[in-house]
Amino acid sequence: MRRVSTEPVGQKTLFDSVDDVMTRLTDVGYLPSTAVATTVFLADRLGKPLLVEGPAGVGKTELARAVADATGSGLVRLQCYEGIDEARALYEWNHAKQLLRITASQGESWDATRDDVFSEEFLLPRPLLTAIRRTDPTVLLVDETDKADVEVEGLLLEVLGDFQVTVPEWGTITANQRPFTLLTSNATRELSEALKRRCLFLHLDFPDPELERRIVLTRVPQLPEALAEELVRIVGVLRGIQLRKAPSVSETIDWGRTLLALGLDTLDDDTVRSTLGVVLKHQADAQRAMAELRLN
Amino acid sequence: MSPVVTGGLPAHLVDFVGALRRAGIAVGPGESVDAAAVVAELDLLQREQLREGLAAAMLRRSGQRAVFDALFDLWFPLGQGAALGEVALPYAEDGSVDVEALRDLLAGLLRDGDTAAMAELARAIVDGLGAVGRGQGQGGQGQGGPGQGQGGGGGDRGEGGGGRPSTWSAYQALNAVRPETLLARVLADLRRGRETQRSGARPGDTDADGDSPFAEEVLRRQVRERISSFRRMVTDEARRRGAEIRGREAAARTGVPKQGDRVDFLTANSEQLADLRRRVAPLARPLASRLAARRRRARRGPIDLRRTLRRSMSTGGVPMRPAFRRPRPGRPELVLFCDVSGSVAGFSHFTMMLVQALREQFSRIRIFCFVDGCVEVTDLFGPNADLGGVMAEITARPGLIAFDGHSDYGSALGRFREGWPDVVGPRTSLLVLGDARTNYRDPNLGVLGTLAEQARHVHWLNPEPQAQWGTGDSAARSYGQVVPMHECRTAAQLAGVVSGLLPV
Repeated sequence: MRRVSTEPVGQKTLFDSVDDVMTRLTDVGYLPSTAVATTVFLADRLGKPLLVEGPAGVGKTELARAVADATGSGLVRLQCYEGIDEARALYEWNHAKQLLRITASQGESWDATRDDVFSEEFLLPRPLLTAIRRTDPTVLLVDETDKADVEVEGLLLEVLGDFQVTVPEWGTITANQRPFTLLTSNATRELSEALKRRCLFLHLDFPDPELERRIVLTRVPQLPEALAEELVRIVGVLRGIQLRKAPSVSETIDWGRTLLALGLDTLDDDTVRSTLGVVLKHQADAQRAMAELRLN
Repeated sequence: MSPVVTGGLPAHLVDFVGALRRAGIAVGPGESVDAAAVVAELDLLQREQLREGLAAAMLRRSGQRAVFDALFDLWFPLGQGAALGEVALPYAEDGSVDVEALRDLLAGLLRDGDTAAMAELARAIVDGLGAVGRGQGQGGQGQGGPGQGQGGGGGDRGEGGGGRPSTWSAYQALNAVRPETLLARVLADLRRGRETQRSGARPGDTDADGDSPFAEEVLRRQVRERISSFRRMVTDEARRRGAEIRGREAAARTGVPKQGDRVDFLTANSEQLADLRRRVAPLARPLASRLAARRRRARRGPIDLRRTLRRSMSTGGVPMRPAFRRPRPGRPELVLFCDVSGSVAGFSHFTMMLVQALREQFSRIRIFCFVDGCVEVTDLFGPNADLGGVMAEITARPGLIAFDGHSDYGSALGRFREGWPDVVGPRTSLLVLGDARTNYRDPNLGVLGTLAEQARHVHWLNPEPQAQWGTGDSAARSYGQVVPMHECRTAAQLAGVVSGLLPV
C-alpha cells in the first residue's frame, strides 16, 4: 500500500528558448519583459522555483496563470495567510471518516483496519501534495508567501528543494514530474535566506511605458490607442509623486475599463478628476495628486 | 566530466562574484553555481538576457539591483572604448563639438522619448565631451570625427596626438550640454505637437482645455523624468569608460551606489530618502506588533469551557487538562519621543517616516517632539498628513523651544514628565528617537528611570555609530544604562532592531 515512486524527478522542459517564452506568453495575453521571459525560461530549465517579488498589481499572480495557460498545465494554487499550517498546505487525514470506518469494522483484525484507515480514501490532499502527485504538467503557485508564518517556510523548504513530501504512514512521495513553481511575495516580511536560496529571484516592477501601453491594449482591446497612451503617461507621472500606494498596472487597466464603460474617449481635466479614485485608492493620495498636478 | 578550467568564463564569473561580495551582496557558492548554470543555458550574445538571468540567480532582495547593475556593466561591458552607435555628435567646421546642434538633437530625442537613441547619444557625449586630461578639452578629435559610425569599437585607446584621457567626467559632459535647460523648449515643442494633432483629429473643435494646468503639469513632469534618466545614462557611461582606464576594481570601489538599506540616515540624499521611505514603511508593522506583544501565557485567564470539554474527549470525558481562555490582545499604546533638533536633521526625516508608518498601525499613539522644550504633535499626523509640511508645522509649535534652541534632553524629559504625567502607564511602550547629545547639560537620568519603571518597555533608537556614543556632549552611555539603546543608522539596522526587540 506504499505509493512511493522511485523514478527520478521528471525533466521535461516546457520552453525551448527565451524567445519561445516571449511568444507563448504573449499569445495567452501576458506581455512579458525581458526579465520575466528570461527568468521563467531559467526556472523551467534549471528546475528551480521562481520567487517573484514586487508591488501589488504588477501581475505576479497573473504570471503563474499565464505560464499555466501557455504550457497547457494545470494550475494548483496555495494561498498563504497568517496562521496557515501543514494541514491546510500539505495534507490532512480525514479524522471523522477514519473514526466512522473503525466503528463500522466490527470483527476485523487490527492490521487490516490500520492499513485501510491510512489509505488514499481517508487522505485530504492540500495544494502542495496535489501538485506533487499530479502526473500532468503542473504550475504550482504559492501566493503571498510573506503572509505565512516562518514555520510554513520550513515546510516549503522540503517541498521546493526536492519536490518531495513525507507522509509518515506512506513514506516519501517524490514528484514524478517537477511542477513549475512560482512563489509570490509583497515583501512585507523578509523571507528566510534558506528559502530564497532555493529559488530564482525576480523583482517585478512597473513596466516601461511602451510595454505598459501594450499591456493595457491587450487587456482592454476596445480602448482607442491614443487614450491608452494618455493613460499610461498620466499613470507614469503619478508614480513619480510620493504616494502611499503608487498606481500599478492593474489600476491602469481598471482605469481604461472605467473610461470605456463611461463611454469617454478623451481624458480632459473633468474626466481625470472624477475617475482618479480608480487609480488612487487612498483619499490622501488623491488629494495630494490633485494638488501637485494642479487639478483643483 | 569536463576538466577543471582555469581562466575563461568561469574565472570571470567568480571574479564578478567577488566584486558583488565586496559591495555587500552576500553571494554564496550555491548562487555561483546557479549563475554558472544560467550562463550555460543562455545565449551569451543576448546581453540583457544574461543580465536578468544572473540577477535572478544571484540576488535575493530587490534593493540590491542598482549595485548589481553597476557592477554588471563593469564586468560585462557593452563594448570597449567608445562603442558608438548610430547617433553621432554634430561637429562644427573647426572640429569642435557643435553644442547648439547637439542640444537640438537632444531636445528632439527628449521630445520623442526615444530611450535607445538617448543611450547612444549619452555614449557619444561622454566620448566627445567628457574626456579629462587629454590636453585640450576636445583634443581627441581623431577618433570622434563626424563620419564615425558603428566601427568605433575598440580603436579608441592609445590613438591620436591627444593621448589617453586620464579620466572621463560626467559632470564636464553634462555641464556642456545642460539638459535641464532644455525643459521649456521640449515642453513648447510637445505642446505644439499636441495642438496640431488635436486640430487634425477634430477640425471644427477649437478646444478650450488644450493647455489646462493639469495637462501642462503632466507634460512637465514627464519631460523632467526623461531628462534625469538621460543624466543617469551619462553618469553610467562615464563610469564605464573610467573603469577601462583605472581598472574595474577601482571603479567598483568608488563608483558603485550603496545598497538602499545601508545608506546612513544622516547623510542620505533626496533620492535615497525616497527609497528609505519605501523600506521603513513595511518595518512599522512588525515593530508595532513586537512593542505590543504581551507575554502569551504569563497570565492565565478564566477557563475556556468549550475547549476544555473538547480536550476531555481524549480522556473519556474527564477534564484532565483544563484550557484557559487566551488573554485578549491588548490595545497597544505607544508613546514616541522624538528629537527634532538641528543635529539630527537627517535622522528626524527618517523619524517622521517611521512615526507616520507607526501611526497607521497603532490606534492609540501619542507623539511628542522636543528640542529643549517638549510639545505634543499627535494631531499633525492625521491619516491625510503630508510629511513635507509636518516638519515645518512642528518647528512652528510654541513650546518646542523653551530656551535657546539647542537640544537639552534633561530639560525636555522634565517638561514631558510635568506636562503629561499620565501619558506613560503600565501598558505603554515608549520609543525614544535621538542622538542623546545634550550640549553638556544635565541628562536628568532620574526622570528617564522613572519613565522606564512606569512603562512596559522603553527603547531608544540612536542614529549615531556606537563608537561615538559617550564622546563629546553625548550622554548616550549614561542613558544606555537606564534603558536599552540601539544603534539605528540604516534601514538594515532598523530591521535588525525590530527583529531582535522582543520574543513574539
